[in-house]
Amino acid sequence: MVTATLERAREVACAVVDPELPMLTLADLGVLRDITVDDDGVVTAAITPTYSGCPAMAAMRDDLVRELRAAGFPDVRVRIALEPAWTTDWITPAGRKALAAAGISPPGPAPRRSGPVPLRLAPTRRAVRCPLCGSDDVEAGSEFGSTACKALYRCRACLEPFEHVKEI
Amino acid sequence: MPDVRTHEPDDHDNAYAGLLVNDVHWAFGTDFEDPLAGVDATVPDGVEPAALATYCLMLGDDALVMSQRIAEWCSNAPDLEEDIALSNIALDLLGQARLLLARAAAADGAQVPALPDGSPVPDEDRLAYFRDVAQFRNVRLAEVPNGDFAQTVTRILLFSTWRLALFEELSRSRDAVLAAVAAKGVKELTYHRDFAGRWFLTLARGTADSRRRLLAGLDELWPLWAELFETHDVERAASGAGVGVDPAGLTADVDAVLDQVLAASGVDRPDHGPLGGAHGRRGRDGHHTGALGSLLEEMQVVARAHPRGQW
Repeated sequence: MVTATLERAREVACAVVDPELPMLTLADLGVLRDITVDDDGVVTAAITPTYSGCPAMAAMRDDLVRELRAAGFPDVRVRIALEPAWTTDWITPAGRKALAAAGISPPGPAPRRSGPVPLRLAPTRRAVRCPLCGSDDVEAGSEFGSTACKALYRCRACLEPFEHVKEI
Repeated sequence: MPDVRTHEPDDHDNAYAGLLVNDVHWAFGTDFEDPLAGVDATVPDGVEPAALATYCLMLGDDALVMSQRIAEWCSNAPDLEEDIALSNIALDLLGQARLLLARAAAADGAQVPALPDGSPVPDEDRLAYFRDVAQFRNVRLAEVPNGDFAQTVTRILLFSTWRLALFEELSRSRDAVLAAVAAKGVKELTYHRDFAGRWFLTLARGTADSRRRLLAGLDELWPLWAELFETHDVERAASGAGVGVDPAGLTADVDAVLDQVLAASGVDRPDHGPLGGAHGRRGRDGHHTGALGSLLEEMQVVARAHPRGQW
């Protein structure tokens, strides 16, 4: 019984989409960290911010609460999971596909390091392909874009500008 | 439960059909949320809650004041890309400030300003908007007025080089919340530092005018640099208890990075001495330059006019 309830709650929560990247679910983005249901039927969802200043946390919380309540879970709580810090490596393969289909270049592997963070004075180099025409003849426009998680690129082949989700 | 309404689903004549018709589903304009909801904020054994809170205020105020200064560039930067970059950096720092002020409040509620009964203002906002100048604990580097873009680049370089080294160490704090905030902050400060380092190099190696402006900015800010490494009693205690970082211990690592940027840029380290404090009191003691008062006035005026405000 509890297992079936948990499965149902998970299914509903996993279908909630990100407020800023609505082609992705919160689960595909990797920000939905955990769903639990206790013996009293209280559903607790854990979400993690992508960036410290992510302004979408309240919207995510409200969306999760709304959808779960609509699905018949009256008592829903959303907690913040600060640790471990979100990484773009948590974006699922389905999420990457959805990003590309929406014209947003998905991130490569996030940098891993041991020891002090190295200073990089040269522009960031990435193996990026144009999500629209597939060409790898692209140029970086700006390291910062419309949201904290994206950089701006331009395709030299099809001439279209596009966004790339930065590896973090 | 928010009252979320949509248009009639069969309304196909209207391009906006299907969109929500009221604003209640938006985070902005509804209600507040606790940035530490469900996070275990237990103060570690052997740590004085009031001292931990003050330590969090120091690091939180650094980020809050720096964020406010950088945000002044929004719509004023030399070009759109840098405008967006600076706004992004300001937003990251605001997020760090929010978590740190919330952590301060969770550690010691007595430091949170009291507001009229029924005020919905959350603790971290009370700390941000309802404390006076002398209660702010930020380093003075964060508060001095903006000059030109070169000065801002220099300030972000100095600040993020120092804060990144500090957060790398803080990510091993015995306080789980501070450790988590720092580990996340490291990722953000990494690209803040890269952004500023690249621009520093570009301006130093650019035109005679860009180099002149950069050197003037460095000269202006340099007297505030030493303060970042002066250990306050609260920092010493936090470091001793294993929850905080003694900034004096960061000197070698920070210097190594800064010297790398200066060398690549062909810029000498300024040799003039630090700005003193009044009777030895500095930003960490609540002693500030006149600029912080005007900054806070602008930042706090709306919140203070509406202490029961619901946004």
